[in-house]
Amino acid sequence: MKTMKMPRGRGAVPPIGKLNFKDLKRLLKILFTNYKKLLVIIGVAILISAIAGAVAGLFLNRVYDFLEKTVLSSNNPVPITANEAWAGIVSTVITLACIYVLGITSNVVMGQLGAILTQNFLKDMRNQVFAKMQKLPIKYFDQNTHGDIMSVYTNDIDALRQLVSQSLPQFCSTLITLITLAIVMNYLSVMLFLAVVIGIIAITFVTKTIGGKSGGYFMAQQQAVGRVEGYIEEIMHGQKVVKVFNHEDEAVEKFNALNEHLYEVSSKANGFSNMLMPIIHNIGNVLYVLIAFIGGGIYIFSNGTGINISFQSLFENGTFISVLEINVIVSFLGMARQFANVMGQISNQLNSVIMAIAGASRVFNVLDEPIEEDNGYVTLVNVKEDASGNLIETNERTHIWAWKHPHKADGTVTYERLRGDIVMDSVDFGYVEDKIVLHDVSLYARPGQKIAFVGATGAGKTTITNLINRFYDIQDGKIRYDGINVNKIKKADLRRSLGIVLQDTCLFSGTVMENIRYGRLDATDEECINASKLANAHDFITRLPDGYDTMLTADGSNLSQGQRQLISIARAAVADAPVMIMDEATSSIDTRTELLVQRGTDKLMEGRTVFIIAHRLSTVQGADVIMVLDHGRIIERGSHDDLIEKKGSYYSLYTGAFELE
Amino acid sequence: MIKKLLKSLREYKKETIITPLLMVLEVAMEVAIPYILTLFGEAIEKANSNGMILYGSLMVGASIISLIAGMLGGKYCAKASTGFAKNLRHDMFANVQKFSFSNIDKFSSSSLVTRLTTDVSSVQMAFMMVIRTAIRSPLMLIFSIVMSFSKHPTLPAIFFVTAPVLTFGIILIIKNAMPIFKRVFKRYDNLNESIQENVKGMRVVKAYVREDYETEKFSTVSTSLSKDFIKAERILALNGPIMQFCLQGALIAIALIGSRLMLNGDSSLSVWVIQSMLTYSLQILMSLQMLSMIFVMLTMSGESARRIVEVLDEKTDLTSPENAIKTVSSGDISFENVSFRYSSHAQRNVLDGINLSISSGETVGIIGATGSSKSTLVNLISRLYDVTEGELKVGGINVKEYDLEVLRDNVSVVLQKNVLFSGTVRENMKWGDKNATDEEIIKALKIAQAYDFIMSSSDGLDKEVEQGGANFSGGQKQRLCIARALVKKPKILILDDSTSAVDMKTDALLRKAFKEELPSVTKIIIAQRIASVQDSDKIVVLDGGKINAVGTHSELIKNNEIYKEVYYSQNKVENNDGEVASL
Repeated sequence: MKTMKMPRGRGAVPPIGKLNFKDLKRLLKILFTNYKKLLVIIGVAILISAIAGAVAGLFLNRVYDFLEKTVLSSNNPVPITANEAWAGIVSTVITLACIYVLGITSNVVMGQLGAILTQNFLKDMRNQVFAKMQKLPIKYFDQNTHGDIMSVYTNDIDALRQLVSQSLPQFCSTLITLITLAIVMNYLSVMLFLAVVIGIIAITFVTKTIGGKSGGYFMAQQQAVGRVEGYIEEIMHGQKVVKVFNHEDEAVEKFNALNEHLYEVSSKANGFSNMLMPIIHNIGNVLYVLIAFIGGGIYIFSNGTGINISFQSLFENGTFISVLEINVIVSFLGMARQFANVMGQISNQLNSVIMAIAGASRVFNVLDEPIEEDNGYVTLVNVKEDASGNLIETNERTHIWAWKHPHKADGTVTYERLRGDIVMDSVDFGYVEDKIVLHDVSLYARPGQKIAFVGATGAGKTTITNLINRFYDIQDGKIRYDGINVNKIKKADLRRSLGIVLQDTCLFSGTVMENIRYGRLDATDEECINASKLANAHDFITRLPDGYDTMLTADGSNLSQGQRQLISIARAAVADAPVMIMDEATSSIDTRTELLVQRGTDKLMEGRTVFIIAHRLSTVQGADVIMVLDHGRIIERGSHDDLIEKKGSYYSLYTGAFELE
Repeated sequence: MIKKLLKSLREYKKETIITPLLMVLEVAMEVAIPYILTLFGEAIEKANSNGMILYGSLMVGASIISLIAGMLGGKYCAKASTGFAKNLRHDMFANVQKFSFSNIDKFSSSSLVTRLTTDVSSVQMAFMMVIRTAIRSPLMLIFSIVMSFSKHPTLPAIFFVTAPVLTFGIILIIKNAMPIFKRVFKRYDNLNESIQENVKGMRVVKAYVREDYETEKFSTVSTSLSKDFIKAERILALNGPIMQFCLQGALIAIALIGSRLMLNGDSSLSVWVIQSMLTYSLQILMSLQMLSMIFVMLTMSGESARRIVEVLDEKTDLTSPENAIKTVSSGDISFENVSFRYSSHAQRNVLDGINLSISSGETVGIIGATGSSKSTLVNLISRLYDVTEGELKVGGINVKEYDLEVLRDNVSVVLQKNVLFSGTVRENMKWGDKNATDEEIIKALKIAQAYDFIMSSSDGLDKEVEQGGANFSGGQKQRLCIARALVKKPKILILDDSTSAVDMKTDALLRKAFKEELPSVTKIIIAQRIASVQDSDKIVVLDGGKINAVGTHSELIKNNEIYKEVYYSQNKVENNDGEVASL
């Protein structure tokens, strides 16, 4: 569990072509419950704008109609005068302009509200995922790589943005346009619409085959990207080793092979997806000719008396059948082309909708993770002692803590003074159910004692402290803290009572001062500086370019590992917790400096319980009790002198006859 | 900058040129089609069946040409852009391999990863966009205007009103939105970085019960970020309506004016001409919008391009000299008045006035506090850095005169921050020498005390090493790294704190094996533990970049304060008891 998993980029890409309706429904439900008003307005706007766009053709048609009627032709024996036509055209165009204004207005509304909706929704999702993440048990972070967790924020929530801001509204509006167009076309001519159906079939077919092909290659591309990025990461992080071994050419060679493969699949994936639009577009063109031929053919060969089947005639004349007029053909043609293009847009959107829903599922997976359980009810409070020695709860920092223990049975509250007495009784534990790593571990730490754990890597040293602060829960046995079962203590209060310096010194972006203050948010600058003096960090901090105001970059990489350890000790010192756990806290600090640090922490922790985990024996020599761990069992315990005298495992460890890694 | 990038096109020049050419063809067809449509429509109207067939087949022909041009264009475009990205990645990767240590220090490894991945894909996107549309859109614009004038002499004048309105609108939007976007994206990156920190530091967060604090901090930042995003996106959202306004305005104007002209008896107009005008106006405005998109894309990817060029332009500051010496005669090392600073504008020397001579076969221990420049000192020997002042000789010859590869093959360094690579154990060992036989590898493993644990696994040398060597313990990893360095059969072996996780017994065995098996190899050992260096021929005590003392263990323990302190800090109990446990 200590091995850090390398970030591997995005997770597996789901097969394209399957819509997960359950997650889509859930997504829509979230949108509807949180943004009902916005959504209704946007929905109306989409509807208006789509309909406005589609019916505009009808009005243009009427303009053509007026123009046609002024021309003398065989089927138009009584032409209207130019003035009459002009009057008709002007009033039609005015109506058209009104429709356009309506359309543009609703588009403005859609765009503005859409931006607000999308960003608020994303903010909510991000905040929710983050808040949720804070509540997840450590186990979750063991089981998922950092890369995968990050991918939820960077890829999946971004996919949601695409979905909410573009795909969904466009999908809705193109769908509405498509339906409206179909209705209008049928209104003009059912007959000619049959020709359009041929086009629909062709476009669907093309989308399916080419889309499917490119989908397959996109998946392969995703994998190839993962491999190339993984290799780049590995080599860039080991670049100095590459140099030292003159291994540059081999690295380039191996990279070239991976890079070439990526090129091959991504060139195909992009090639196919680039082809989709021209194909659909030109199907639209051919469709145009086809309809023109059908329509025009009928028109010509019947000398303008060809039959048309339309709803228009049904509404106007009560019969489906009427004469096919040239202006009907003209406006129909325009719509047919538009229809093909809109279909192209839909097929273009489809993939991104599917990808976004896959992203949504991963977001929901995080939101559905069970949170860290906490049934504790005993809390940690500051107390004062009154004259008669009773403990009285107070808000001051009195440096006296007590466990506040409410008793359900009789409703009374008792206060138990915090002493730092920790007892483990026959504890069994495994990170995975059936793989026990700690066997029957019993130990007691008396208040004020310094307890040390030594043992090989994987012997279970860190695991023991992970159980005390309940990062994990034990399978069997009991852990008592001042006589209280730790399961009864609220996790937050339990952890607040333990100052922990961890093996992985994680510092955060911010100033040195902010990082130290992380231990106790209300600490004054002076308190922070005092803590860093205790940790022997003050000296080097003042020599940093901006002293305590020096900004630390990502994970404090502008400091040496030893300096980072000193800061993290200062951070724990400022927390001023009654019990301290130091897990390999000084492993990268030279032994001379370590001595100084120990002197500081000893002063701080006087009379308080301290657990020390170290692999360097010089670190643990001064402890009151040293526990030697081997394969999850305590095999020896006693002071340094006792154990040396005993000439057992510790002695051989000390003299080097025993593996320690 | 662009010229530098385009150098990476190489074999994809052909596709890069063909793509826009095909686009020209596609555009020509796209413009021709509405033109043919007009004639076609007029033919229908005049019931001219010959004309219909002629123009109809022309239409189909044009569509087919446009289809082929479009498909091929899509294919070549994908080839050109992905190929360009491939070459960019290759060129950067290959150049990074040429970097010296100081070049590597300049870029952090994670920034190099971002440059090779995210930045390349953003440039790839922009490149694709440019070759597809940079020629297409202006051409479309020009063609559409020309064609529309050929249809009618005056009506297209309307475009001279709508196009500037659209252009002005787009410029206004870009000008207002871009600065916000740039700022927001930077903040967005920062947000993601802080999430990453939080994920990595989850144990610290939980240990200090800072979950609520973190959540609150996050939500403050993310809320203010989303406000900025809304501001930018709201401006951007006006783009569509402005486009629509111009297009539909043109449409209405064309319909009205066209009708009026027709009614006035303008015989050059017909319903068909008016329809084609509408198509042209759409194409003109679309191409204007595309051009603005290109502009936005280029500005957005400009930063990425700059970061890529930075890597491509970085020249290694360490090269082999001409007529380089190809053999290293012995493992003698001498530092003569050597000073070093990491960069010319650094204020202090990290190493100052170092004089030290080591003869072939000696074992030298180096001890000193964190920050006393122990690693820096040994890194100069294999010329990972160049000395700033003074001279450093290996085998009696200045290191600058050797061929770098030869020097580094003879001076084998086991770095402090060492890594194994994914692959088998054998593959990892062969880093030392490509042609190493199994026997040679086994011999190295035995000296490095790594033979037993490798051979106890049934896979032996074929055992898989996970990335970063994650499936080995710290001590095992260190021993494998030592073995890998031994496979080189060097004249000088340098261990930079390379046994810190190895237990004392194995550490001692290692040193014993070095002495017995590698008598002629000069061994330099940097260590924290006194025990690791105390039996060396000489021990160098470094303090603040200067040599504080050189001597044997027994000399130093008597005369040197620093050495004494270090020794007692590690052996305080024994000192009280008198006797030191030793092997």
